[in-house]
Amino acid sequence: MNLMESIRSGWQAILANRLRSVLTTLGIMIGVAAVIVLVAFGQGARNAVTGSIESLGTNLITIFPGTGPGADPSLPVKDLTIEDAVALNDPISAPDVAGAAPTKRAPVTCTLGSTSHSTSITGTWPGYFAISNSAVDAGTYFTNADELDGRRVVVIGKTVAEDMFGEADPIGQQINCNGVPFAVLGVLAPKGASGFGDQDDVIIAPLSTVRNHLTGYGSLDTIAVQAKSSQTQSLAQDQAVAILDQRHGVDITTRDFQVFNQASLLDTVNQAIGIFTALLGAVAAISLLVGGIGITNIMLVSVTERTREIGIRKAIGASRRVILMQFLIEAIVLSLIGAFFGLVIAFLVTQIEVAGIKPTIIPLSVVGAFGISVGIGLFFGSWPANRAASLRPIEALRHE
Amino acid sequence: MTQGTPVLDLVDIRKIYGAGDAEVRALDGVSLTVNTGDFVAIMGASGSGKSTLMNIIGALDVATTGEYHLDGIDINSLDEDALSIVRNRKIGFIFQSFNLIPRTSALANVELPLAYRGVRRGERRERAQAALAAVGLADRMHHRPNELSGGQQQRVAVARALVAQPSLLLADEPTGNLDSHATADVLSLLDAMHAEGRTIVMITHEDDVAAHAQRVVTLRDGRVSDDRRNR
Repeated sequence: MNLMESIRSGWQAILANRLRSVLTTLGIMIGVAAVIVLVAFGQGARNAVTGSIESLGTNLITIFPGTGPGADPSLPVKDLTIEDAVALNDPISAPDVAGAAPTKRAPVTCTLGSTSHSTSITGTWPGYFAISNSAVDAGTYFTNADELDGRRVVVIGKTVAEDMFGEADPIGQQINCNGVPFAVLGVLAPKGASGFGDQDDVIIAPLSTVRNHLTGYGSLDTIAVQAKSSQTQSLAQDQAVAILDQRHGVDITTRDFQVFNQASLLDTVNQAIGIFTALLGAVAAISLLVGGIGITNIMLVSVTERTREIGIRKAIGASRRVILMQFLIEAIVLSLIGAFFGLVIAFLVTQIEVAGIKPTIIPLSVVGAFGISVGIGLFFGSWPANRAASLRPIEALRHE
Repeated sequence: MTQGTPVLDLVDIRKIYGAGDAEVRALDGVSLTVNTGDFVAIMGASGSGKSTLMNIIGALDVATTGEYHLDGIDINSLDEDALSIVRNRKIGFIFQSFNLIPRTSALANVELPLAYRGVRRGERRERAQAALAAVGLADRMHHRPNELSGGQQQRVAVARALVAQPSLLLADEPTGNLDSHATADVLSLLDAMHAEGRTIVMITHEDDVAAHAQRVVTLRDGRVSDDRRNR
């Protein structure tokens, strides 16, 4: 009896008890679907977060003033200054830095006629647009001349534009933010919402203007640094840290600024999502386990019910191995059918977008689901199959 | 009839269940030789040990003591896998309750012994079809057991027993569940097979069924009490 015939005979046994087979495969089906769907949602969440982190700017390194968590609170903290930002733009001591731009933020309420909009305004250098991956869709960027002269000009995000101007063209219009009039130079291309809030709800203005009119001349909020490529990101970070260490007269123990890079942020977020996905997957795997126990249960019933049939088969020459194979294959075919329909369901369910997350089925979970199903069939079918194989023919034949 | 090597050679077979006071001697020293082409009926009241003897002859059970050679093979020395090969190649069973595999067509039932032997699908199908035709069921091949009458089911069982060309046909009360018409059908099949030179051992408790055999062995309390030839 070769494998194909064992499969055929297992298939016949499954067809002979259709309702029972369907109910049995249901457990595996739900388990497989749950695992694939939940892992797909995890992957979807990862993609969404990765996408939004990347839209913050490519190869971005952000420097904040202040000591890190757990540091001695009595350590002196120097401000981040414009001079720091200038030093980071030095191509000799920081060859892998593409650019650095200081930022200073202030919460503002801007008005246009009777409409008002509350958001924050970011004062920075023109280089910030490239560093933060912010492209102007309509109008123009502000320039170094605007920064040098402290002109009251802004580039606004899509959300601000729609909220304040509606369908009207904002370019060249004037808005008042906290009482200071600004001319709108350009509107940024939309980035979309993300886990970090609405990235289009921004107003960007020259740093000197913002400091002059809104925030005063305290410490900068951040210096945004862009590495030349993702490969040189850690080099660029090391160079930036060395420059600031030297300028602030600190070392690793007394450092008065903190550095975050996109890669480590991505790592952290991916790790968190990975743990989350693994947990979800584990919960789903429990239903797969329950489905497997369902298979054991039904196969035991099947063996008991077919004791006589096993006796007949043994009487006409079936060996232990043949009987074992027959029941094992039956169990595996059952779980594979379950896995197949589970996969179909998973494909259907993952077409649905939930909370802005588009689930992404990863091929590994499909392959894994099938592999695990065969494993479940083998594992949970082996006990009943063994029981069938070791039945003594005369006793099995006598069974009613 | 020429008497070649015996198909069946039982020497002082004992089958003892339990021990001590609870000891039951189902077979208490049975010796029996059956030659090729013989048609032997084994008779006896219930409890005489004929079912136990049938199980031992059929290699479904192993004797406690004694020697059993089937076609020259020492059955008592075989392990379970070897016994299943012996059952497959040397013995064709016909049971009282037909014992067809349910929900499986007559053809598939008849093919089964060949499948266990490893015969290829095409050849298997041909041989099974021929065997079914030989028992007059050419038009019932794709029926399932529950779609066949008792007599038809037993004829499928006969075809299944025959298809593998066994050395010995072993029939256990083959007509016990059949009406007189079907009984006549099955007995005439057995007669025809005997005429072809097959060796048949049939267990029965009915005299008129036993009358079809050449030789009648009667068991009583686990021993052979009578062994005579008909005609």
